[in-house]
Amino acid sequence: MSEAPKPHRPTTEARWVRVTTTLVSLVFLGLFLVLPLIAVFVEAFRSGVGAYFASFQDPDALAAIRLTLMVAAIAVPLNLVFGIAASWAIAKFHFKGKSLLITLIDLPFSVSPVVAGLVFILLFGAQGLLGPWLRAHDVEIIFALPGIVLATVFVTFPFVARELIPLMQDQGTADEEAALSLGASGFKAFWTVTLPNVRWALLYGVLLCNARAMGEFGAVAVVSGHIRGETNTMPLHVEILYNEYNFVAAFAVASLLALLALLTLAAKSFLEWRYGDAIAARAAH
Amino acid sequence: MSVRGKSQTRSRFRRPSAIPGFPLAFGYTLTYLGLIVLIPLGALVLRASSLGMMGLSGVISDERVLSALRISFGLSFAAALLNAIFGLVVAWVLVRYDFPGRKLVHAAVDLPFALPTAVAGIALAALYAPNGWIGQPLAAWGIKAAYTPLGIFIALVFVGLPFAVRTVEPLIVEIDREIEEVSATLGATRAQTLWRVVLPPLTPAILTGFALAFARAVGEYGSVIFIAGNIPYVSEIAPILIVIRLEEFNYAGATGIAVVMLAISFATLLVINLIQSWSRRRFGYV
Repeated sequence: MSEAPKPHRPTTEARWVRVTTTLVSLVFLGLFLVLPLIAVFVEAFRSGVGAYFASFQDPDALAAIRLTLMVAAIAVPLNLVFGIAASWAIAKFHFKGKSLLITLIDLPFSVSPVVAGLVFILLFGAQGLLGPWLRAHDVEIIFALPGIVLATVFVTFPFVARELIPLMQDQGTADEEAALSLGASGFKAFWTVTLPNVRWALLYGVLLCNARAMGEFGAVAVVSGHIRGETNTMPLHVEILYNEYNFVAAFAVASLLALLALLTLAAKSFLEWRYGDAIAARAAH
Repeated sequence: MSVRGKSQTRSRFRRPSAIPGFPLAFGYTLTYLGLIVLIPLGALVLRASSLGMMGLSGVISDERVLSALRISFGLSFAAALLNAIFGLVVAWVLVRYDFPGRKLVHAAVDLPFALPTAVAGIALAALYAPNGWIGQPLAAWGIKAAYTPLGIFIALVFVGLPFAVRTVEPLIVEIDREIEEVSATLGATRAQTLWRVVLPPLTPAILTGFALAFARAVGEYGSVIFIAGNIPYVSEIAPILIVIRLEEFNYAGATGIAVVMLAISFATLLVINLIQSWSRRRFGYV
């Protein structure tokens, strides 16, 4: 009895069931997940390595890459600051209507990206509520950078907050109270106690937020106006190239986005493996 | 008494706390939430209400709009159903069975979260086109996937899959194996144990995963439009009809469809919350 008994038959399925379900799962995932990913790279290199890299000589492609980086560089920090403020208010204090607030923060996840783009057209577009005022003051939002940033901020809104809120709720306020009672200022307690406690979850949320910000298509497509070299982000440039039957170039730009997705997944898996406990105190959230 | 009275009035909204920064953090949260999410969504509702009930029902009763909504909701429902079933199987396999490459497969499940929808869209279109890797064999069987509702269904399964797997998985991890042993000791077959002991507590998570996959599928745009072909009355989903109406400068038409979709989103959120509060009462967890 010194050795732990192996899990015996009654608490697992018969061997043929295990083998079949494993194979079915693998075929299903392979068909739906892995094959599309492989297809992106195969199509991108269909006409050889030269044609692949030539796709990035196009100034419009370079402009699209620059715009995508710029949009993410604005949208992600905005939602990062919001995520910290929201999780501080929600996790460290008790107040009425908290669960309603959490539901509202998650709301953008359940709104169609196209609807997310549409609401900004209705606000700032030529026929929108503020359209005449904006035109009178020569402010461009729709079909320009601000509109693209707004739409991106909307769709990536909950990412950081929803990683931080459950973790900070679990951590409670004891650490901060100890810091405060030892004479730390509120800001110092936040900077030296709270922030280090949540740093890996913060990074996790930022990674997911960034991936979505760079890859967003529907919301941005509605507000961008598709002006080549000016308001085309990478996903929109992929669409234009694809619709022009320029498949190699379309898949070449798409392969950069797929690479970003793979890097995000790798970093995410690494964080889950290395800092799993520091990311989510509870298994489910 | 007056001190106590005062603290009671204060605590009506917020319990007193030694932690500073509530007004700033809470104020910033509400302002940002209002500016980015609530006011823009409010503008949509305002615009829709200015159409009036007559105008709104006029937009929605249009035959093309109705068929787009039917296609969107019907296919999303079917895709979420398939995802709920396969999501459960995949989650079970990933948690309970050991096989080479399990960690890699585990990470791959999140691919639809990370892969931009437009990239997934053109990749699926290339795969299922009549000359694609999967489209060609399917064509030999007389099945056309690209540019048909079947293509839309495939894209919706792709985007919804991680929701179905990731909601069920943590609960399977937490199942107490002793309960299964007890069930076996009391003479239940493995199938009976799975059906009557393991499955019931997983039901809320399966339903939540279904609802999340459904909500995502209904609003999905990028991964669908390339494979769908977007033929009116056949493979035209509601989101692309919004885009078409906008391109026609038919703002009323776009708003009408958007409001219906928003209402469905809210309804789905409500259902998810109901499932979770039911689960909390019935099983003591979400």
